Amino acid sequence: MAEKTIDLTLKVWRQESPDVEGHFDTFPAKGISTDMSFLEMLDVINNQLEKEGKEPIAFDHDCREGICGMCGSVVNGHAHGPQEATTLCQLHMRKFHTGQTIVIEPFRADAFPIVKDLVIDRGAFDRIIQAGGHITVRTGQAPEAHSVPVPKKKADTAMDSAACIGCGACVAACPNASASLFTAAKISQLCHLPQGHPERNRRVIAMVQQMDKEGFGSCSKRYECEAVCPKEIKVENITTMNREYLRALASSGE
Amino acid sequence: MLDAKIPNGPIAEKWTRHKFDMKLVNPANKRKFNIIVVGTGLAGASAAASLSEMGYHVQSFCIQDSPRRAHSIAAQGGINAAKNYTNDGDSVYRLFYDTVKGGDFRAREANVYRLAELSVNIIDQCVAQGVPFAREYGGYLANRSFGGAQVSRTFYARGQTGQQLLLGAYGALMKEVATGNVTLFPRREMLDLVVVDNRAVGIVCRNLISGKMETHAADAVVLATGGYGNVYDLSTNARNSNVTAAWRAHRRGAWFANPCFTQIHPTCIPVHGDYQSKLTLMSESLRNDGRVWVPRKKGDKRPPNEIPEDERNYYLEEKYPSFGNLVPRDVASRNAKEWCDKGYGVGQTGVAVYLDFRDAIQRDGEEVVRAKYGNLFDMYERITDENPYEVPMMIYPAVHYTMGGLWVDYNLMSNLPGLHVLGEANFSDHGANRLGASALMQGLADGYFIIPYTIGDFLAQAGPSGADPDNSAFKAAEQEAAARITRLLNVKGKRTVAEFHRELGLTMWEHCGMARNEAGLKEALAKIPQLREAFWEDVNVVGSEGSFNQVLERAGRVADFLEFAELECLDALERAESCGGHFREESQTEEGEAKRDDDNFCHGAVWEFKGVGEKPVLHKEAFAFEHVHLTQRSYK
Ligand code: FES
Repeated sequence: MAEKTIDLTLKVWRQESPDVEGHFDTFPAKGISTDMSFLEMLDVINNQLEKEGKEPIAFDHDCREGICGMCGSVVNGHAHGPQEATTLCQLHMRKFHTGQTIVIEPFRADAFPIVKDLVIDRGAFDRIIQAGGHITVRTGQAPEAHSVPVPKKKADTAMDSAACIGCGACVAACPNASASLFTAAKISQLCHLPQGHPERNRRVIAMVQQMDKEGFGSCSKRYECEAVCPKEIKVENITTMNREYLRALASSGE
Repeated sequence: MLDAKIPNGPIAEKWTRHKFDMKLVNPANKRKFNIIVVGTGLAGASAAASLSEMGYHVQSFCIQDSPRRAHSIAAQGGINAAKNYTNDGDSVYRLFYDTVKGGDFRAREANVYRLAELSVNIIDQCVAQGVPFAREYGGYLANRSFGGAQVSRTFYARGQTGQQLLLGAYGALMKEVATGNVTLFPRREMLDLVVVDNRAVGIVCRNLISGKMETHAADAVVLATGGYGNVYDLSTNARNSNVTAAWRAHRRGAWFANPCFTQIHPTCIPVHGDYQSKLTLMSESLRNDGRVWVPRKKGDKRPPNEIPEDERNYYLEEKYPSFGNLVPRDVASRNAKEWCDKGYGVGQTGVAVYLDFRDAIQRDGEEVVRAKYGNLFDMYERITDENPYEVPMMIYPAVHYTMGGLWVDYNLMSNLPGLHVLGEANFSDHGANRLGASALMQGLADGYFIIPYTIGDFLAQAGPSGADPDNSAFKAAEQEAAARITRLLNVKGKRTVAEFHRELGLTMWEHCGMARNEAGLKEALAKIPQLREAFWEDVNVVGSEGSFNQVLERAGRVADFLEFAELECLDALERAESCGGHFREESQTEEGEAKRDDDNFCHGAVWEFKGVGEKPVLHKEAFAFEHVHLTQRSYK
């Protein structure tokens, strides 16, 4: 860790509440240690603002280790900023250089209303999962874990999809604000496991319907979602979802 | 002495018999009961989902924007279960034994046995939900070993086990939300518990988006609100984890047990600057293949790879030949501190030790190591800018988990009827030190398999609460919570909330951290009330109450930590013995190991609130060890 400091200019989206107009505020950020995380840099700015009696920049965060999916903003046009496969909380200031201007905006989509500044409401994701992103097994119904072996490759593929943290970067990056990658990740996790098979048709139809209902756009294969995903969820998941969808339509009545 | 309501009979039959003896609520009547569940981590989500499946109406609250983000999600390493799939001699009894011993004989035997017994059901349940556990080529589940155990009983999903288990429980919860039986209340913070006629009947919470106060009534309240590690400001906990719900319940009459039992995790990324906002844990599973060392020469500044083998001190392997790098967390942490205090620490600050994978990479190849720990190594590199495949990691202990919590009986009910406490928020299973991969197990055992039975017993006997949010107790609690917020906003002082939190954290880390002594604790006990006073005179909480206001949220949490911290230090002072993670310097063996005092302290210290700044009343729950005999722990 070779620490040094840099001076930056921040342009940050400020919006008091969902239904008022927003605007950009500009702040100098001087003497920022390159060992800081991006959110620690915002903490420092916020501490200064508070000292001046001003309202700090509202931003969501919790785990600060890239797993809860709470954080996320568009930084210089990139959801979660310039580093690949990295959430905003895991991005470090060594990825920036002195004199740079950093523009910070919320993840924008009609289905993600802005709560305040950089904070958004991602409740639509919960409703997509409610529609079918689970296996209907009651507590206590489960058979012995080893009664159904799962080929390692299938389990690994399911795990690749299950790594999604539900941050919404895929939606923010998509020109159509589609939630296809998020929805597809859950569908393919569950369709790769034998436990998910009984409900696979019902699941994909219901989840895709809900996705449309929430006002997310459709996928036009631009693959911006994959490029920004902090967990490297692959667009092959969307292919799987489409295949599952057709399969479900063909065998409707199940 | 407190009565934990432990059922009679041989330990292996207690839970089965108790399930039979408990009263049942018939299916039609379940629909008439309302249950509030606060928190949506492993314990809260699994409880809310399971209770709803049974027919109860459930209201589920969380502070995050979605229940899927609760801090359980960050658990990396794994979950224990006594499946004995590896045929290495594991059993329910051995898991029970290891947990009691690992907890340094300060947990309740009957609870721990039940936990071990239920561990096997948890794995079944999670697999059925589609949790993608690691598997072997035959399609069967893979296991690994974890600190404090000599058998391989830990199930895992890469380095994201907590995430996968939580998403399983979250899926179950979403399934119940879809039925209309569970109502979700995200971005709500519980600010008070409502008690009527000595029964918990509801909560007051703040809608974090609108700032509005809300009251909710129910027939029973379940708290699954996690631990209090953030009293240290810097910890591995998520930034928003807090003690408020538990503390407010304590102030309303729920007793708090063993608050001084905190766990310092040995493998975290060291502190690197005063702007630091959190400490990042590196899963302890790394100790399976990584070797911990410091240079033999004091202040050796050579790069680690230039220090020859015979000048490296693999102090854990030398001191504990049979457990080596896999000693329990408290032992590993304390040894790291000891070598750093003696001046052998490494890195710029000298407050770190090496965790070296050189030998594992030579033995198994980089690919094998990458397959096991790839994401952890990536995370390490992202934070520190160093490549652990080439240079050893640097680690240092950090606050990670809190074994203390609200006191509960065998039914997981607090002394306050109607208030049930699950997961890290209660005190019961881990004693003075929690073994690795046991937190996930406890959260899910409590939520899936214990509370669904025991809450029925309570409701069948107590009947509906008849609570009405228009009742005066609700109104009074709501007004009190609102008044407190107004008071916070009206101080209009000069120091930020974060500054107070940092100062409190430093005091706690110094005097009530890895090692504690009478003088230090007394100093902390003098300092904390002063700091609390300064807070209420000089804190600056900007913004308004009627809007989304993160400064105000944190201010309320820090205000509660400032009250709670005093109880933690008092408990640490009162317990003049060492046990598990509670190391009193006055009580150690000649070799510097923790020395228990079973004659005077073989009990849970259970505190009753008497007012801020007033001395709380100490009650005791005696612990009897009929199966795992009291011995000095030895991992040599
Ligand atoms: S804060 Fe949890 S992922 Fe960034």
